[in-house]
Amino acid sequence: MLTIKILGIGCARCKKLELLTRQVVDQMKIQAEIIKVTEYLDIMAYRIMSTPGLVIDEKVVSAGRIPSSDEVAAFITQAQKVSSF
Amino acid sequence: MLAAGVVLWLLAYNLIQPLANWIAYSLLGLSSTSRLGEAVAFFLYDVPKILLLLSGMVFLISIVRTFFSPERTRALLGGKHEGVGNIIAATLGIVTPFCSCSAVPLFIGFVEAGIPLGVTFSFLVAAPMINEVAVILLFGLFGWKVAGLYIVSGLVVAIAAGYVIGKLKMERYVADFVWKVHRQANIGQERLTWTDRVERAWQSVKEIVGKVWLYVVIGIAIGAGIHGFVPEDALASILGKGAWWSVPLAVLIGVPLYSNAAGIVPIVGALIEKGASVGTSLAFMMAVIGLSLPEAVILKRVLKMPLLITFFGVIAVAIMLIGYMFNWIL
Repeated sequence: MLTIKILGIGCARCKKLELLTRQVVDQMKIQAEIIKVTEYLDIMAYRIMSTPGLVIDEKVVSAGRIPSSDEVAAFITQAQKVSSF
Repeated sequence: MLAAGVVLWLLAYNLIQPLANWIAYSLLGLSSTSRLGEAVAFFLYDVPKILLLLSGMVFLISIVRTFFSPERTRALLGGKHEGVGNIIAATLGIVTPFCSCSAVPLFIGFVEAGIPLGVTFSFLVAAPMINEVAVILLFGLFGWKVAGLYIVSGLVVAIAAGYVIGKLKMERYVADFVWKVHRQANIGQERLTWTDRVERAWQSVKEIVGKVWLYVVIGIAIGAGIHGFVPEDALASILGKGAWWSVPLAVLIGVPLYSNAAGIVPIVGALIEKGASVGTSLAFMMAVIGLSLPEAVILKRVLKMPLLITFFGVIAVAIMLIGYMFNWIL
């Protein structure tokens, strides 16, 4: 099962990213755990310099912007390929 | 596809004025010399004009921004000393994509890469203040000179404030945990094709215009009202050049206020028209857009109180000085 983390302190953009991610996950009908990371120390562990950040299975796939649903779907598909090794 | 978009945009842009006049004066039958007629024509002309300008210019600026990132800016600033560093940091603040919730990760990223505190602050002042929506609105409503003035003032405030704070050597007032974050390896730059860039720029347009259009409409409506109904020079006594205390007052009111640039600019413009002086209005705008309570709350997580107060204080003073200067020379 994929672990997806949304990094952000909780501003409107971070919430939008979370909503978008949940929608894509539902549409793709896959199993994924979605976690929100809101403490700076935890966010900084991923070495990003702008929020919101999107992390799938501990890999940062996007930072500082809200990717389109197609992009999120592509990230997830990519992550699934990697995790099935 | 892009070419079609450009053509449509140019067509729409050139049709607005005649269309606005036609609706206000022919369709609605308002007199072109009446206050209501003037206010309505102003509104009908400026709203689509500003929205079109916003879409077009946000698109262009976003393309430029795809060439920059906080990581790249950090690399560009590495090793630069204060002075030069402040100037480069402030300039990069304009083109690097930035949202105020990213202020903290960015601050931490800069600081533990060894960028001097003052230089980091120059960036942190310029980025939110010289925001594209404010500049585009100023350009669209008042012309390139005013927009240029705003950009230059913002840069001066950012460079000066950052330099001064750097000289105060307040490193010990940065929150302790920041120094514990280990040096980051430089994450590789994404490779973007032109199609990617256009796609991202378009996303930016949708996001920004979508967020801001209502404020533009409301701001212009209020501005139109002031334009049409408030007598000339009504505000000269309280906000005009003569009142020396109008600049500090404007800044003091502006600092805690948090407004979308889109809403504030048209209103301030109308006020200037009615006698508020340019320097005071500019100072007010910079105080509102550049400093805010939400930003203070965010920065409190990485800056201890003395430094946070110094940060806001130095910026406020710099803005006031700019306000006085423009009241004096214009």
